[in-house]
Amino acid sequence: MKTVCLYFQIHQPLRLRRYRFFDMGVNTDYLDESLNRANVRAVAERCYIPMNNLLLSLIERHGEAFKIGFSISGFAVELMKQYAPEALDSFRRLAATGCVEFVAETYSHSLSSITSQEEFKEEVARDMAMIEREFGQKPTTFRNTEMIYSDAIGAAVADMGFTAMLTEGAKHILGWKTPNYVYANAVNPRLKLLLRNSSLCDDLRYRFSDKGWDNWPLSADKYLQWISSTDTPGDVINLFLDYETFGYHQGAETGIFDFFVSFVDKAMHAGVAFENPAKVAERLQPVSVLHVPYPISWTDEERDITAWFGNELQNEAIGKLYAQRDKVYRIGDENLMHVWRFLQISNHFYYMSTKWFTQGTVANVNPYGSPYEAFINYMNVLSDFIRQLDEKA
Amino acid sequence: MFGWEFPPHIAGGLGTACYGLTRGLARAGVEVIFVVPKAYGDEDNRFVRVLNASDIDALYGDAVSGDIWERVKFITIDSNLVPYATEEELQKEREEETTRKSGSYTKGDVWRERYNFSGKYGANLMEEVARFAMIGAEVARRLEGKFDVIHAHDWLTYYAGMAAKNVSGKPLVVHIHATEYDRSGENVNSVVYNIEKAGMSAADRVIAVSHLTERIVVERYGIPAEKVTAVHNAVRFAGNDHIDAKRGVNDKIITFLGRITFQKGPEYFVEAAAKVLKRVPNVRFVMAGSGDMLNSIIRRVAKLGIADRFHFTGFLRGEEVQRMFALSDVYVMPSVSEPFGISPLEAMKSNVPVIISKQSGVAEVLNYAIKVDYWDIDALADAMYGLIKYPALSDMFITKGQEEVTAMKWNNAALKVVDVYKDALNAAR
Repeated sequence: MKTVCLYFQIHQPLRLRRYRFFDMGVNTDYLDESLNRANVRAVAERCYIPMNNLLLSLIERHGEAFKIGFSISGFAVELMKQYAPEALDSFRRLAATGCVEFVAETYSHSLSSITSQEEFKEEVARDMAMIEREFGQKPTTFRNTEMIYSDAIGAAVADMGFTAMLTEGAKHILGWKTPNYVYANAVNPRLKLLLRNSSLCDDLRYRFSDKGWDNWPLSADKYLQWISSTDTPGDVINLFLDYETFGYHQGAETGIFDFFVSFVDKAMHAGVAFENPAKVAERLQPVSVLHVPYPISWTDEERDITAWFGNELQNEAIGKLYAQRDKVYRIGDENLMHVWRFLQISNHFYYMSTKWFTQGTVANVNPYGSPYEAFINYMNVLSDFIRQLDEKA
Repeated sequence: MFGWEFPPHIAGGLGTACYGLTRGLARAGVEVIFVVPKAYGDEDNRFVRVLNASDIDALYGDAVSGDIWERVKFITIDSNLVPYATEEELQKEREEETTRKSGSYTKGDVWRERYNFSGKYGANLMEEVARFAMIGAEVARRLEGKFDVIHAHDWLTYYAGMAAKNVSGKPLVVHIHATEYDRSGENVNSVVYNIEKAGMSAADRVIAVSHLTERIVVERYGIPAEKVTAVHNAVRFAGNDHIDAKRGVNDKIITFLGRITFQKGPEYFVEAAAKVLKRVPNVRFVMAGSGDMLNSIIRRVAKLGIADRFHFTGFLRGEEVQRMFALSDVYVMPSVSEPFGISPLEAMKSNVPVIISKQSGVAEVLNYAIKVDYWDIDALADAMYGLIKYPALSDMFITKGQEEVTAMKWNNAALKVVDVYKDALNAAR
């Protein structure tokens, strides 16, 4: 019988306020507090709390046999601490069940794996420390921001001591191969790779409530049948999802919660195992190494990194930000460090993307009217941040 | 006098110039009735009577103005011609448009209606221009015997001026603040060009805001040189409205302020900025305004890798403009073609040294401004560098410039305009 590996991403970006040229040097207040509060409250109420409760009841019902994985970005935790402490408590309760594995990521949900090796290590270490502090676990599995992965990134992750890593089952990498086996990093084969089954994930993330979809409405039986079918080869089906899929992107009224409970109950009954990423990596041996010379991600049809590195606006903003790294660490001021980290959040650069027809228009709410406005606002903040650094240096 | 805008509701320099001129004329003893498509009620009425065209019901289908209705009918088809509006403004315009018409009723084959003008530069511009002509005829009829000269500012009001002339037989003076060649380079919109040419031809006298514009009028529109007079704009000192702008950055600030369009040459400013930034670290550039070239300019700035030193403010209004001047160390107007260009005078008034293109009308009247060819980015970069690096130079430009600009008074410009009026009246007799 097959195994299902459930993993959920929890991340909330800090939104910048409208910071104008006239603000530069006059105030250093870069964040839109009320928007940040409203966003995290909405997500906590519609998704985190109801879905956590639902998972808790499933764990109660099925015990040790039902295991899942989570990653939580540092800023999601910071925001919950500030504005939705009850949501953070409910994650802690999940952690205490022993059935939930906390997977490490970058603290700031940043693009540091591409831009700076040192910063990447720093970001991962900070996230590890946060998870240990908040949830009492020491992660052994890693998943990078937006599933960004390449041979080199995998090798760096293995060097940091991780034994498994999650990434996208990108078609252009897999070719005829299926994502439903465990693979290994091409540089350091000791790092096991778990690949997302994008088709089965997107059925929930994007298509679940689409009345134009020929499989609507999707029933738990039908979904379970797809997973157990012999047309779906392999050992493990990796369902890696944005946690907001439940209750937020697919609202409660779509029936996604009932669907999920019903699916888990029926699958358990049918003998499907639910294992978390660490367990899967421990139990299964890789079928082959996977060569990924250029970075992939779970974003857009292309499953590459052009959503963040696709145009001159993004290159300029990212280049100018990471050029400040040495200065930031030399000064070592805690407030400036905090700014440095929230300016790294990948969402800022995603808002500057000028790609058309990306799924991102559904996945991310762009608070700016256009990529150009996003760029101007970000650069105003960054310029003022640089001004502060130069003053302190 | 027919205009399209009047302070405080203005989109560009046209309204400012009209205001200054009417004040000057009032001092010279000329009584002015100023007709705008839309008056808001808060216009300064001390020097001029502002008439709101939206309050006047005009006769349509009427025998007197019928010929003009005929002539303007063809242009109402092309109602999406937009010279100034931004995309957002345009969208709003289209939404408002359905609510525009009000109070129409018919009486035989003649009908009378009030038309609620937007008075902006939106989607319905051409229809508004045509209807404004109806108002022109109606105003001339109602004020019969109460005026001596008709004065129309820029092409939007030429039909109104011509209609008023037809009705009253009084001489018409058209005032050229900008031509289609300034706005669009060689890609002129023939509809606008034709209106401009018709207005200039029908006029008894033509006033151009500079010799540069005078030459365009003569060469491009074939207007006899003896009909055309250049009267330079001036600048008004509204008391000592000192803006207290807190300066957050220690760096020198070099500013571009205007519509980000072909006419204003924003790309030359960007290229020169990149050159200066290679030499001087402690300088910042600001581009204030919006326009159809904004996005490509932003891309260029990012590509040049100077976006941490080159800032965009978006469109600034009223007090924000004064604040921007107060924060600036150098003001640059690199216009490709600028009939006059009042903004450098405002900058000088705020003690900011200016760099202007030789292709601007204002260059004809300023001595204490650095003048460069708009395309010469090396010269532009040199001038920027000089003004921020050598205080002796910028101090001289600030003090001498202040004196120079103070001497440019609308009263003097108004006297020249009065001479043109007299001339037109004599010629008509």
